[in-house]
Parts: sequence; C-alpha cells; structure tokens
Amino acid sequence: METTKYLKNFLRYKYLLYELIKKHIKLQYRRSYLGILWTLLEPLLTMMVLTLVFGTFFGRDDPQFPVYILSGRLLYQFFASGTKGGLKSISSNSSMIKKVYVPKYIYVVAAIISNFVTFLISLVVLVGVGAVLKVKITPYTPQCLIPLAILFVFTMGCGLILATLNVFFRDVEYIWSVFCMLIMYASAIMYPVDRVIATGNGWIFDINPLFMCIANFRDAILYGKPMDINYLLISAVVAVVSMIVGSLLFYKEQDKFILYI
Amino acid sequence: MKKNVAVHVENVGMRFNLSQERVDNLKEYVIKFIKRDLKYNEFWALKDISFDIKKGERLGVLGLNGSGKSTLLKVVSGVLKPSCGNVETRGVIAPLLELGAGFSREYTGRENIYLYGAVLGYSKEFLDEKIDEIIDFSGLGEFIEVPIKNYSSGMKARLGFSIATVVEPDILILDEVLSVGDKTFRKKSERKIMSMFDTGVTVLFVSHSLEQVQRLCDKAIILDSGRLAARGPVEKVAKIYKNMTQ
Repeated sequence: METTKYLKNFLRYKYLLYELIKKHIKLQYRRSYLGILWTLLEPLLTMMVLTLVFGTFFGRDDPQFPVYILSGRLLYQFFASGTKGGLKSISSNSSMIKKVYVPKYIYVVAAIISNFVTFLISLVVLVGVGAVLKVKITPYTPQCLIPLAILFVFTMGCGLILATLNVFFRDVEYIWSVFCMLIMYASAIMYPVDRVIATGNGWIFDINPLFMCIANFRDAILYGKPMDINYLLISAVVAVVSMIVGSLLFYKEQDKFILYI
Repeated sequence: MKKNVAVHVENVGMRFNLSQERVDNLKEYVIKFIKRDLKYNEFWALKDISFDIKKGERLGVLGLNGSGKSTLLKVVSGVLKPSCGNVETRGVIAPLLELGAGFSREYTGRENIYLYGAVLGYSKEFLDEKIDEIIDFSGLGEFIEVPIKNYSSGMKARLGFSIATVVEPDILILDEVLSVGDKTFRKKSERKIMSMFDTGVTVLFVSHSLEQVQRLCDKAIILDSGRLAARGPVEKVAKIYKNMTQ
C-alpha cells in the first residue's frame, strides 16, 4: 500500500526528473563555443597533462599509461562531481522547494543522473584513446559495467546523505571538497598501485570503495582479467549500505528541510 | 474521508522553531550542544485547525496579516507537512500560488513551459497537446523563444498563470492571485478563473479583502493567530469578521 503510493508519486514526476536532467546538461555548456564537446575535450586534455607530468617527467614508458590515468580519472570525476551535485541540489533548489510540492529526492537524483550521463558520454574518449593505443578487447571487457553500476549506487547513497547533512550544516560542502581531494590521492589515479604497497601503505586501498571500483574497471578494460572478488563484494556491500542509509536519512529528515533552507 | 469531500483538514497544527540565532554551522552546533545551549522558541503558526470542503464548495479564508493564511495554503498544497494532524485531498490540485516558481532564467519561454509544467506534475504528452493554447493565452507571441531573464515581471506572471491554469483541476488554490499582469490580462485571467468556477471546481481562496471573498465564495473561515475563529456560510462569517476588524 505504502510502496504503491510512492511508486505512483514517482511515476507522476518522472517527466520532471527527465526535464531536470535535461536542464542540467543543456545549461552546463550553454553559451560556450564548443558546447557539449567539452565533455570529451576536458578529460582528454587533463589526461594529456597528467600523462606528461606523471608519465614522461617520471620516466615511465608504459605506452598504455594514458588509459590507466584516464580510466581512473573519469571514474573519480563522476564520483566527485556527482556527490557534489547531489550535496548542493537541495539548497540550490530552495526557492522551488519552498513554493511547490515536488518529491524532494527528485532534485538529488536528477543531479546525480545528469552527472552520470555526462560521464557516460565522456567514456567515448576512453574508447578512442584505447583504440589508438591498441588496448585489446577481451571477453572480460563487458565486465566493466559491473563496477560502474556499483559506483553509481555508491554515489547516489553518498549524495543523499550529503544533501541531507548540507541542509542543516553548510560546512559539509567545504569539508566534502577537501575530503574528495583526499580520496583522489588515495585512489591510485595517476600512480601505479604497487609503489604504495611496497611502502607498506596498501591498506589505504582496502578501505576505499572508489579505488575498488577503479581497480575492477581497469582489470576489465585494460588488463583483460577477471575482477578481484574481494573488491567486488566489499564495494557492492558498501554501495548498498550507503544507499540504504542515505534513503532512510533523507526520508526521515525531508519534512524539516523547508525550515532550514 | 467521506465521498463528497474534496479537502479534509483534521486537527492540523504547524510548529516552527524560532531559534534566537540560526545555528547552521557545525562548530556552533557542537559547542552549543555540549553547553546544552540549543534554545528554540516554539511558535505555532496553526493550531487545531479542522474543516472540510465539500466538492464544488468555494471556501474563503479570512484573517489579518500573520494569522496563518499562507501557511494553511502551503499545508493544503503539500509544500509544508503539518507538525500534527493530517490533510487529505482528492483530485488534481492547481495551486495558483507563487506562479512561475521553478522557471529557469536561462531557458526560453517555450522551454520553461515544459519545465514548469513538469514541476506541476503534467506529462509530456499533455504539454505537447496544450503548448499552443498556453502560448496563445499568455499573449507573449514571438517572445516565447526569448530567454526569460529578458522578460518583465508581468510577462513572467502571465506565462506562469497560463501554464498553471491549462489543467482542469478539481481543487483550485488561490492566494489573491486575481491581479496578474496589465489590465487586459487581468480581465482575461478573471474570466478564466470564473469559467473554472462554472465547471464546479472546489476552491480554497485566501484574501484579506472581505469584498472579494463575499463575491467569490459560498463558505468562509476566519483565522486568528493560527486558530480557527469562525466557520460557516460566507454571510454569517463576514459579519463576524466585520466586528472583529472594527
């Protein structure tokens, strides 16, 4: 009974969800000369810079190093911008929330899905760079979808938690952006994993679900080998738990939002 | 909820916490929490409000400024969830409040019709079908392709009104909205609302103009400091209101 009520309400507003996602993507690059092309250019240029610095300057001569960097960086970028978008979604739509009834989670979901769509578009760059650098397609390549799905759920869960917290404490935004930087350096985006493990600090990867998704993604697309089962299980469990915690927290606090925004 | 009732409001109370200073950063919160210094002043904007609006009835809500009229509308339209009691509504609600909340400044008028329509819960098919009617009624002509940040406030209000009234609602919520745009459009919008009245729509109308309420409504209630001071047929309530305000 309760569930059908929520489902009905969601169906009523699914067109709004679509419109909000479209608005995010449309307005992101409106009035820029290259428009949506920036979704492709930005990661490509960043990859070049990072390859130059962490590849050439450090004397690394792995020809597929750009793919390594690009894959890590794309996944991180989705996680960071998705959670940040979700975090701000309630406070930045406050004028609307105060005036019209709309299920509030729609704003968070729309912010994260629109980031996911941009992310999926930017994967074209990865395919292109992979083709140029002759990365082989293997039977394991399609498995890359699994870490992506896990990452999506994880981002959604974190987004819901952060959006709720940010309504009550505006500091969360600043804390989170510092935290994202920490996660970036702890996710082996621009350096090889074994260097860190060699120093005895490998534990940092074992507590980082984002790294686990990146590692499994790389196994699938770059190394052509099966995923690490431990990483898969841990990241999946963390993602589901974050989603449950996020939904419950958001659901419990949402009626109070209007008094604080 | 009985069959012939469109809006059912039962023992509704709305409490706000007026903290003397707003604590919205973590440091202050932790310090005050430890010092047990988190003080709130409770304030009931609405208390023990109960009434029913039958289908087809037009209820006027009278009251002075700060008596809780707008809060009541927000509670009925679902924007605010009451602190206690419950509200049930039956059918499609068209809240003609805050017209154009959710417009995007960067979007053109046409794009905003779809966006605001979606905010009001319309489907894409419905909007595709009605878009010409909306543009026509708004009288914006070729301006519909211009980003609305270049609109005047009257133009925005006209567009908002046109989108909000394109549905055939079961319940219409009005907050002294009958004054949109210039004189020509005001007449047009009044005619539109009158034609909605003729279809037997249930109306919740808020105003401090007694004359307007008497003209439009058949039932009325008076709110006084968040409490229900009177309810009944509009003539009877109007007399009480006159005595109160003199």
